[in-house]
Amino acid sequence: MANNYYDPADLRKFGKITEWSEELGTKFFDYYGKVFEEGALTAREKALIALAVAHTEQCPYCIDAYTKDNLQRGVTKKQMMEAIHVGAAIKSGATLVHGTMMMNKVNKLEM
Amino acid sequence: MSVTKSKKSLHKRHDDLAQANKQLEILSGGIFADGELPTFAKKIKETNQFPLRPKKLEILQINVGYMCNQVCEHCHVDAGPDRKEIMTWETMEQCLEVIKNTGAHTLDLTGGAPEMNPHFRRFVEEASKAGIKDFIVRSNLTIIRANKKYYDLPDFFKKHNVHVVSSMPHWTRGKTDKQRGEGVFDLSIKALQELNERGYGMPDSDLRLDLVYNPNGAYLPSDQAGMEKDFKKALMEDFGIQFHNLFAITNLPIARFLDYLIASENYEDYMYQLVDAYNPAAVANVMCTNTISISWDGWLYDCDFNQMLDLKVNSKVKHISDYNEDLLNDRDIIISQHCYGCTAGAGSSCQGTVA
Ligand code: SF4
Ligand code: SF4
Repeated sequence: MANNYYDPADLRKFGKITEWSEELGTKFFDYYGKVFEEGALTAREKALIALAVAHTEQCPYCIDAYTKDNLQRGVTKKQMMEAIHVGAAIKSGATLVHGTMMMNKVNKLEM
Repeated sequence: MSVTKSKKSLHKRHDDLAQANKQLEILSGGIFADGELPTFAKKIKETNQFPLRPKKLEILQINVGYMCNQVCEHCHVDAGPDRKEIMTWETMEQCLEVIKNTGAHTLDLTGGAPEMNPHFRRFVEEASKAGIKDFIVRSNLTIIRANKKYYDLPDFFKKHNVHVVSSMPHWTRGKTDKQRGEGVFDLSIKALQELNERGYGMPDSDLRLDLVYNPNGAYLPSDQAGMEKDFKKALMEDFGIQFHNLFAITNLPIARFLDYLIASENYEDYMYQLVDAYNPAAVANVMCTNTISISWDGWLYDCDFNQMLDLKVNSKVKHISDYNEDLLNDRDIIISQHCYGCTAGAGSSCQGTVA
């Protein structure tokens, strides 16, 4: 066992998860591959969405992988940062919009 | 990771990596020596493509010298103003003899900045008489604006119906200047406009103008077609510039790019990327299968990369002075781990994607 929970080298082992559950692993990777194919959205748009979600999920592996993927596709730093702001805005908006729940509850409980 | 940039070539700095054998040691050592990653030979054996053999010769690529007005960080030639290796007229005459008799349909002049060879124009004039179908000059664009004596190059190219292939790392100033040096972007834009004015790169024009894109760091290029669309849109909207094709070329772990990979601690990860992206379908069309590369001093190589690694052809014919196309075509191509750069993803050659 390594001393760190996260190790960049583990990203390369991602494919190996199939070894311990072949059917599910294979199905997952087929699905995953299909999702990122060019469709109604371009592969590049999907890569930017993935980058934003990687940040909201705060997954170091995904951030590593999709930063590289976006660079490979010629996406600029500015575009990448804007995508992350979209994620951050939704994340903070989602937090804040729950404030209405708090307000409802307060209004209900207070005389 | 940013690394300190130098305005001098590795050769001038007497850096270990200026030596071909040091580079080859690195490419065969470490993760490849301990079996963590398969060697290129092992990989192509899986699909019975070993030894790699040439097909019909189509391209003669002549490197007329390593001198260049730029010192790009990713340069696999380790070119720069301080490189003095320049093809002599005598060697050029030997090349002209070969050009007259070759079965190849494409002549590809490269460097360095080929225009800096003092015999460049005379050579182009003579070579263009040989009736070669496609005559390419790899021009770095800034040379056209570097000095008054080069200002007329667009007219000169046009006069000899030269096919101009130029590197343009990105459509943004920041990314371009970072890879190729301060001010390169503006000079390149100016040069492209000059070429457009002569008819180069215009939609129905026979005057071919193609751009080459190399990634600006330790990652691979992907999606040549998508990238071409982006380049076309951006260069048109911002500067009214047009060109024909964009070739996305993978940086091979050689010379200054290898130096950068090691200094920025990206070497292993980059080699993993190359091996992961290995595409057996690209092997059949790698550049060395239809090209012969000739160095400034007349030696023959499987490709420009092998030239920089000083891996001369595995043939009795090793020098332009003994040139014999039939004998030469009957050879095994020399490979090492840098070859993974030609087979990653859709593949990569001086003509861009190959598979
Ligand atoms: S990459 Fe091209 S332009 Fe840049 S230094 Fe090398 S030969 Fe010159
Ligand atoms: S580096 Fe040269 S020898 Fe190796 S595959 Fe590419 S073109 Fe062929």
